[in-house]
Amino acid sequence: MKYDIILSGVGGQGILSIATIIADAAVAAGLQLKQAEVHGMSQRGGEVESGLRLSDSVIFSDLLSSGSADMILSMEPMEALRYLPFLAKDGYIVTSTAPFRNIPDYPEEAVRSAYEVLPNTVGIDIEALARDNSMPRSANMILLGAAARHIGILTPEQLKESIRRVFGRKGAQVVETNLRAFDIGMDAR
Amino acid sequence: MRIARLLLGDEAIALGALHAGLKGVYAYPGTPSTEITEFIQNACAKEGHDIHCTWSSNEKTAMEAALGMSYAGCRSMVCMKHVGMNVAADAFVNSAMTGVNGGLVVVAADDPSMHSSQNEQDSRFYGKFAMIPMLEPSTQQEAYDMMEYAFWMSEKERLPVLMRITTRLAHSRAAVRVETEPEPHDRLAPARDPRSWVLLPANARRKNDALTTAQSHLQELAASSPFNLASAAASEKAPKGIIASGTGYNYVMENISRETDIPVLKISQYPIPEEAVRTLAAACRSILVVEDGQPFIEEQVRGIVGPDYEVDGRLTGSLPRTGELNPDHVARALGREPLQFYAKPQGIVPRPPALCQGCGHRDVYIALNKVLASYPDARVFADIGCYTLGALPPFCAIDTCVDMGASVTMAKGAADAGLFPAVAVIGDSTFTHSGMTGLLDAVNDRSNITVVISDNLTTAMTGGQDSAGTNKFEAICIALGVEPGHVRTVVPLQKNMDGITAAIREEIEYDGVSVIIPRRECMQTLARKNRENKKDRQ
Ligand SMILES: Cc1ncc(C[n+]2csc(CCOP(=O)(O)OP(=O)(O)O)c2C)c(N)n1
Repeated sequence: MKYDIILSGVGGQGILSIATIIADAAVAAGLQLKQAEVHGMSQRGGEVESGLRLSDSVIFSDLLSSGSADMILSMEPMEALRYLPFLAKDGYIVTSTAPFRNIPDYPEEAVRSAYEVLPNTVGIDIEALARDNSMPRSANMILLGAAARHIGILTPEQLKESIRRVFGRKGAQVVETNLRAFDIGMDAR
Repeated sequence: MRIARLLLGDEAIALGALHAGLKGVYAYPGTPSTEITEFIQNACAKEGHDIHCTWSSNEKTAMEAALGMSYAGCRSMVCMKHVGMNVAADAFVNSAMTGVNGGLVVVAADDPSMHSSQNEQDSRFYGKFAMIPMLEPSTQQEAYDMMEYAFWMSEKERLPVLMRITTRLAHSRAAVRVETEPEPHDRLAPARDPRSWVLLPANARRKNDALTTAQSHLQELAASSPFNLASAAASEKAPKGIIASGTGYNYVMENISRETDIPVLKISQYPIPEEAVRTLAAACRSILVVEDGQPFIEEQVRGIVGPDYEVDGRLTGSLPRTGELNPDHVARALGREPLQFYAKPQGIVPRPPALCQGCGHRDVYIALNKVLASYPDARVFADIGCYTLGALPPFCAIDTCVDMGASVTMAKGAADAGLFPAVAVIGDSTFTHSGMTGLLDAVNDRSNITVVISDNLTTAMTGGQDSAGTNKFEAICIALGVEPGHVRTVVPLQKNMDGITAAIREEIEYDGVSVIIPRRECMQTLARKNRENKKDRQ
């Protein structure tokens, strides 16, 4: 069994923390893993993408093949669309619905109409949920929670264990907030 | 005992070096190599090793310091991005002539597709040029395992070893099985052999002969390397065989792992083992070469198998001529159309990086644009760093960016040709990397240039490493001979705009070398410090 994910967003939105949680859970579960990150130039408010490949057998390539991603997990709606050629036929898109408008002509209409025809899309306003629940820095864990039921190769409980481990050194309160964020994401429709 | 750790390729190299008994890493930051040194710095901070790991001023000083450490009998490593090899080249190539004492490994991180670089040069040409052994890992595990081997080989052959990686390996994470303790390793006695280390022509000729003669031996080493793998020959001639290296090998295996009838030669140690190439050629009717970077193996394989043998790769268009490879490219080269179910929708626009909100470089460009509006012939020779983003809207403030330090010297050359005003914009770290010597040239010629050293107190572009000249810039410029009255410091903030523009205007009008130092801390390092202070107080 394998599960390939593309994580996308805008520099500074916290996609690498999501990657860290999933990767840690995968290692704890004894899975093979490759995670290609972006560093450098692209982090300054530019587009960022990370490929995350999980499998119970050997993984050769650090990069995904086109048409093979089981999920695009995105902190930003337009950024998810950028990687559509990688999506498998029955793959899922789990995305924040809040546009990040740091460019002059954000293509609102193109983004809206693209989503109208895509199957298997889970769009959640994680920014609003994070705001309403006073956890502005945990929007990314809300998104992970929303994705959790679809990531077949790992259980939600395994991901929560990983949140406990990874955020553990930041203190019990940070762990608590992020677990709560994860649950809010799990329940969001 | 080995345990599994989740590591970037860069981190695997760092840990491999630590476990091989490293005494010092010398490096100047550069994507995608930076995390090697940072990993060692963090390990030293946490575990208190006695290992040199502070940043060097540039790649050449790093290379030379590492050679000195090797001379003294210890294992040392130099890390840089590919273009750093150009800066270190003099020391690097000549270190192959002197040879080494303690093991010396040079790690060059190439950046195919130029994710964060100004060119796509392939460091393997430097390894061949210097005629030294070279390693190219495909996986994070190999990167780790190769380090002990690299130091061992360096000491055994008394030559520096070049390790070549690419962005994709450097910045990809995987679980790596690693030792829990460093291998105990005794330092060697310091060298004392002027006949090897003083490269006067009489010594150099002897050393050059020895290095040239050693080439066939180095090729034999590569042929028997534990990292070069050849799949067993099939009984019948295969239509196509594959030679692959580095990350290219991964994309090959991603496509053909279940097919055992395609013979594959994986090259991870150079010089290219020619005999292995001939053996593969004899077992196949054609060869596809898959390598990330320039067609380094491909060109040599053509020479080995001769003009009548079909060799495919980047040069024939089977693979793209430039850019980073991916599994889809390799699928197409093998005659398979990659799957695609959804196209990228029309209207999706790029999202380029930008200077951070509140960044001091912004105020510098606002001021510069204001002043230069009244000088239509002005040119701004800029340099490499975050401030290169001043090329993009809304600033469109710079005219050139070539290589580290070129701002000062290109402005000087243009001024020598009569161009006015010739303005240089350079960052603080770039100035101490390669700007200072150019400034001395300008002073000695009284060139009519205005140099803006935009000082954010850090090396921001690569993630906020210490900058070698912090708190020393005025003193450096004055010591190099810039008139003290024409070394002016300003604080780049909107409220100071009138003073800044006045200073720029006055210094442009001054006939000679002047330096303006806008100084304000980088927003990113400031935020990081504030977070750390908050944590400390809790
Ligand atoms: C020869 C070489 N070495 C390293 C790099 C990588 N690099 C690009 S910009 C930069 C740092 C620039 O720092 P600074 O001049 O202080 O400008 P800042 O980014 O802080 O604005 C480095 C290390 C490079 N491009 N070329």
